[in-house]
Amino acid sequence: MTERQDVDLTAPLGGGTVPNPLSTAAGCAGFGRELARFVPLDELGTLTTRTVLPRAGAGAPGPRVVPVPAGVLNAVGGHNPGLEGFLRRELPWLAERGVRTVVSIGGHRLEDFAELAARLAGRDGVRGLELNLSVPGAADRGVPLAANPALSYDVVAAVKAVAPDLPVYAKLAPDTGTVTEVAAACVAAGADGLSMVNTARAMAIDLDARRPALAAGTGGLSGPALRPVAVHCVFQVHAAMRAGRMPAVPILAMGGVRTGRDALEFTLAGASGVAVGSELLRDPTAPLRILDELRAELTTRGFTAYTDAVGLAHRTTTTEDGRP
Amino acid sequence: MANPVVARAEVVGTRADGPARRVTVRCATAAARFRPGHFAALTAPAGSVDVLRHAVPVLRADGDTLDLLLPADPPPLLDLIAPLGTPYPQPDAPGCALLLGEDTQAGPLLALAEQLLAAGSQVAFVLVAESAGRLYGVDAARELTADVLLLTADGSAGLPLGDDPAALLDQALSALDADLLYTAASPELTAAAVAAATARGARSWTAVATEMPCGTGLCLGCVLPVRDADGVSRLVRACTEGPVFDGVRVRWGGLDTVPADVEGADAGGAGE
Repeated sequence: MTERQDVDLTAPLGGGTVPNPLSTAAGCAGFGRELARFVPLDELGTLTTRTVLPRAGAGAPGPRVVPVPAGVLNAVGGHNPGLEGFLRRELPWLAERGVRTVVSIGGHRLEDFAELAARLAGRDGVRGLELNLSVPGAADRGVPLAANPALSYDVVAAVKAVAPDLPVYAKLAPDTGTVTEVAAACVAAGADGLSMVNTARAMAIDLDARRPALAAGTGGLSGPALRPVAVHCVFQVHAAMRAGRMPAVPILAMGGVRTGRDALEFTLAGASGVAVGSELLRDPTAPLRILDELRAELTTRGFTAYTDAVGLAHRTTTTEDGRP
Repeated sequence: MANPVVARAEVVGTRADGPARRVTVRCATAAARFRPGHFAALTAPAGSVDVLRHAVPVLRADGDTLDLLLPADPPPLLDLIAPLGTPYPQPDAPGCALLLGEDTQAGPLLALAEQLLAAGSQVAFVLVAESAGRLYGVDAARELTADVLLLTADGSAGLPLGDDPAALLDQALSALDADLLYTAASPELTAAAVAAATARGARSWTAVATEMPCGTGLCLGCVLPVRDADGVSRLVRACTEGPVFDGVRVRWGGLDTVPADVEGADAGGAGE
C-alpha cells in the first residue's frame, strides 16, 4: 500500500507565490463580507474584489441578473463604493482578516486606472491589482479596452508606472477575436499575469415582455456555458507563450469553474491559478470544496505539485488550436 | 448574527397548502434560528441547467424542521441555505397589528401572527388574491383571530378589491385602530397600505417581493431604492437588508429603477 502524498498547492501570483491557486472572480465575491459567512477568506489563495471605479456608483436598474441555460447573464453596472469608499470601509476590513486581496480596478479612461493604482499601491492588504479592461472605454467610443491591443498596452503601462512593485494582472475578454494579441500587448507593457476570461457579451429575451430580459439590454455571460470558450482562450495564450511569441506569465483562469475537475482542466490548458465566479452564487462554500476536489484530482493522477500540471495538455499538440 | 446554514436537508413531508405545496424539511440548526420573515435559498434539482438559487419563504419552524412554501413537490433532498434575510421586527410593546397578505406571499404572516399574539399584541388579517382559489392561509388565520377580511379582484370571495384598495385598507386600519402594519404583498398593494398606515401614524414593516438570484448578497441582483434617515436615497439588497423593510424607507414608486437622486446614480451604469 502506498502512502498518500500531500500535494503542494503553492501557486504563483505574479513573481511571488500564494498558498493555493484558488481565487474568486471579480464581481462574484463582493468585497468579502458576504462570503466570509461561508468561507474562511484567509484560506483562499487570493480574493479578487468586485471592480472598484474612481467614483461610487449605484449601477444599473433591474433586472440585473437573469438565469440562462447553464449560465448567468448580468448587467449590474458600475455598482461600487468608489475608491474612497473602498479605502475607508472595505480594504481595512479585508486587511484586518489577513485576506490576500487582489483589487479589481476599472475606469473609462487610462487616467482612471493610473489614479486607482497609485492610490492602492503600498496599502496594507493589497497583494495585487486586476485591471478590468472590459469597462467600455471613452477613448474608443465605448468599445471595451480589452478589444484593443494598443489601448490595453497603454493602460497596463500606465498602471505599472505608478505601481511597479505590485503584481498587475490584465483581465481579458473572451469575445474580441484578439485575445492573443491583447495578451501579448499587456505582457509587453509589463503585466505580471493575465486573468482569463471576463464575461462574454450576451443577451436573453423576455418572451412575455417582448424586450431584453436584462434592463440594460446586453450583459455578460458567465457560468458553465462560458467554460469551453474560456478554456480555448487560455489554451491559445499559453500556446503563444510556449512558442515564444510572448513572455511567459502566470494565467489566472475563470469561466464556469464548478468543480476540481474544471480547475484541473484550466490548469492543463495553461492556467496556474483558477478563480471561482458564478458558482459562488449557487454554492458560496465552493472555493474550499473545489480546492479539496482539485487536490484529490491531482493526487489520483500522481502529481505532487500543482504547478507540475500547468499546461500539460500542450505536450501533445503543436498549434494554438490544439491540433496534434 | 449567526451565519446561515448550508445543508442538504431531508424532505420529511409534503402537502397541499392553498395553491402551493407545503414542504417540511429536517434541518435543526436552521430551524433553531428561524424568525418570521426569513427565507431559504434552494438550488435547482440535480441535472437542471439552472445554476442560480431560488428564494422561497420559510413558513415556520417546529422542533428540528422547517416548513417551506414551494410551487411544486421537490426531490427527496433539498440543497438549502437558511435562514436568510432580515425578519419582521417585533414591536417594543404589545400593539394592534394589521397583517396584509396577498396570494401565497402571505405565507410568513401566520407564524408572525402567532409570535405577535404570544407577546400580547392583537392581530387582524387582510388576505387578498385575484380569486378565491388563490387566497392563502384563510383557515389558519381564522384559527388565530376573528378579524379576517378577504378581498378578491374578481369578487369570488369576501369583498371585491375594487379600484381603490387604499380606501379599503384605510378603513381596516381605522376600524382596528391599528398601530402596526405588517405586509407580504405586491408592491402596489403594499405602497397603498403603507401610505394609509403612515397617514394614521402607524408603523409599517413590509416584505419586498423580488427575484433574489443568490439570496446571500453576492450577486447584487435584487437591489431596490430606499430613502434613509439621513435623507439620502440608496440602492440596497433585498436579500440582506430585507426582505423585510420599514415601509416608509422603501421608494415604492421606483422599484426596478435607479432614481436620479440615488447615491451614485450620476456615475452611470457602465461595466459589469
